[in-house]
Amino acid sequence: MFKKKECVAMLLAGGQGSRLYALTEKVAKPAVSFGGKYRIIDFPLSNCVNSGIDTVGVLTQYQPLVLNEYIGNGQPWDLDRTYGGVKILPPYQGKKKADWYSGTANAIYQNMNFINRYNPEYVLILSGDHIYQMQYDAMLAYHKQMNADCTIAVIDVPIEEASRFGIMSADEEGKIFKFAEKPKNPDSTLASMGIYIFNRDKLEKYLEDDENDPNSSKDFGKNIIPAMLAAGERMYAYPFSGYWKDVGTIDSLWEANMDLLRDDCTLSLSNKQRRVFSRTNAEPPQFIGEGAKVANSLVTEGCEIYGTVENSVLFGGVIVENGAHVKDSVVMSGVVVKKGATVDYSIIDSGATIGAGASVGKDKASAKGITVIGADLDIAAGTVVEDGAMVNDAYYEENLKGGNR
Amino acid sequence: MTAFGLVFSNIHDKSIPELTRRRTMASVPFGCRYRLIDFTLSNMVNAEISKVGVIVHNNYQSLLDHLGNGKDWDLARRSGGIKVLPPFITAFDSLAASQLYTTRLQALMGVLSFIQHCTEEYAVLSDCDVICNLDIKDVLKKHEASGADITFVTKKEFLTEDKAQTRTFYETKDGRITQVYSQPKHMSGEFDVSLNVFVMKTKLLYDILVDAMSRDLKSFSLDIIAKHVDDMNFAIYEHNDFYATVGSMEEYFECNMKLLDKDVREALFSVPDRAIYTKVRNSAPTQYANTANVKNSLIADGCEIEGTVENCIIFRGAKVSKNAVVKNCILMQDAYVGKNAKLNCVITDKNVVIKDDRELSGHPTIPFYLNKGVTV
Repeated sequence: MFKKKECVAMLLAGGQGSRLYALTEKVAKPAVSFGGKYRIIDFPLSNCVNSGIDTVGVLTQYQPLVLNEYIGNGQPWDLDRTYGGVKILPPYQGKKKADWYSGTANAIYQNMNFINRYNPEYVLILSGDHIYQMQYDAMLAYHKQMNADCTIAVIDVPIEEASRFGIMSADEEGKIFKFAEKPKNPDSTLASMGIYIFNRDKLEKYLEDDENDPNSSKDFGKNIIPAMLAAGERMYAYPFSGYWKDVGTIDSLWEANMDLLRDDCTLSLSNKQRRVFSRTNAEPPQFIGEGAKVANSLVTEGCEIYGTVENSVLFGGVIVENGAHVKDSVVMSGVVVKKGATVDYSIIDSGATIGAGASVGKDKASAKGITVIGADLDIAAGTVVEDGAMVNDAYYEENLKGGNR
Repeated sequence: MTAFGLVFSNIHDKSIPELTRRRTMASVPFGCRYRLIDFTLSNMVNAEISKVGVIVHNNYQSLLDHLGNGKDWDLARRSGGIKVLPPFITAFDSLAASQLYTTRLQALMGVLSFIQHCTEEYAVLSDCDVICNLDIKDVLKKHEASGADITFVTKKEFLTEDKAQTRTFYETKDGRITQVYSQPKHMSGEFDVSLNVFVMKTKLLYDILVDAMSRDLKSFSLDIIAKHVDDMNFAIYEHNDFYATVGSMEEYFECNMKLLDKDVREALFSVPDRAIYTKVRNSAPTQYANTANVKNSLIADGCEIEGTVENCIIFRGAKVSKNAVVKNCILMQDAYVGKNAKLNCVITDKNVVIKDDRELSGHPTIPFYLNKGVTV
């Protein structure tokens, strides 16, 4: 038995996030940690819950283990429901054929049966790539008010960056008359956020047509949206103004974390009406020791700080020992920074150990780039990790195992 | 071996009347993010006990709010899970309404039908204010092996006269209880002090209660244990790790402050496979400003620290403004400390507001306590 739902959300979480290198070697991009106690996917999931959407299909493909475990039965987001709730939708073997998801549109196409069980009027398509807080219910109200077939959330971007995005041209009313995917010479600054609301019947029709087109790359931005526009469907741009950041690169992930430390940050993690939910371990409160100094930083449960922490974001259970110094860095859960070690302008993935007296990265002003240490790596005492190094398993084996080679 | 748990949530309410005016002892906040009952519940869950009856008496709204359906302790179960057991009052017994239980034994009599329907072989009974990480699985194992009728968990401790008046303790010989003392006056020395955690067969518990009812007995320690030390086998199980309880406001202050000791934190929170669970509140990480100056303090998530904090226990959502100096304090949930305020040895209950420039000070022996929601 399935209860009818007005709107079902489909969250595309299969992305590899290859530009996050060492951070996504073992996990899918939506499962990458962010902001002290969250993962990227917490943001769209919490947005759904805070917008009254209680049925969410999560489409996974790349390295799903951690993501599946993390979502579990959906309880931390209040998405463990008798009717609806969160459901993981991996690629599957069909009667006629078995396919990986070959594009965003194909992923939804392969799961139309999931959507149709709830007989919804509307389908909300989301991605697990961005950090933002948004009222999808307001967007849905706009979609209905405009009597639209498809509504696309857009954000104003600087003109010089516009060629990185799908750019919409819309009239005063918000009706889209032109769409260009990553145009060389953009004639608008309204960028698609990759958030779509479709009327279900239209979505189904265009997905089917697209599936039958052998030349299509089965992508919403490249195929579905242009096809609908060409056919003269009612398509509207829903303007969003607020914090929105793609965290698909090492630099942008670091920046987004640092944004949380700014007084003028428009992303609010502490708004009690619109909480960001996450799955957390049972950890004791954080302890700040006698000789510690903690300034302009976010620190969370389970941390023990005896050294110095400046301009940094620390995840659960991080230990910073005596005389250790962490600056301008993102340090993920369970990392131990031993006595006298320094971590500067770096991202340290969960479970890594920075040995006593080791030095990771260099001062932000003079560094070649952000230094990244992959998950669970053990940086030996006294080791120097070059600034800008991308330390994954392979780099570690070759250069750093047991100390500098 | 199967076991169920029973927790007394209102026991000892009178020892800290300030904190229990509007809540049960079980839901008294402790250690930045916990309530006292979290330790007992976690200890039971970590021993694979999946059915826990929580006996409540009065003031238990905050406890119900904290427990919810029990999912934070993995006690939201189809069969078993957490069972809140309120007083049973019938409309036809006019006396009953004014006769809420006053002792542990009467509390147990009130939940006799719950006990009767428990098919688990053993019952684990515990007070709600047992602050320790206890291996109940091992207690049950030793109990079964020893063949004792009841096994009491104890810790060897030196008691001053003051403390002895708030404790139950035993004289023992070869691990067997020979003499029971319940809150005696004018006694001091080293004793096997009861943690008020004990195990016995469910059948025995039921028989004891039926017998006690027919003879209108009042006290578990005095009317049952003390009377039967010779003809029954009461064993002790020594817990050698950290243990604290809350016998007075001074002790409440003291045992919170003990958490600043790394060894104590490790004994409570870092035991492999035996985590302490509590209600998840989804607070943001704690934000330390450039002006923050924090030393030797335990801090929960969701706080904003701009001022100086030393030797403090800070609960979720508290804010310490610029140039405020907070030393040796316990600030409970959502406390607000204004600019330039100075606090020393103060306990603020939930939602207390300290305005700018205020100065308040207590003493470690008599911490200055501010009631829930007051503005100073």
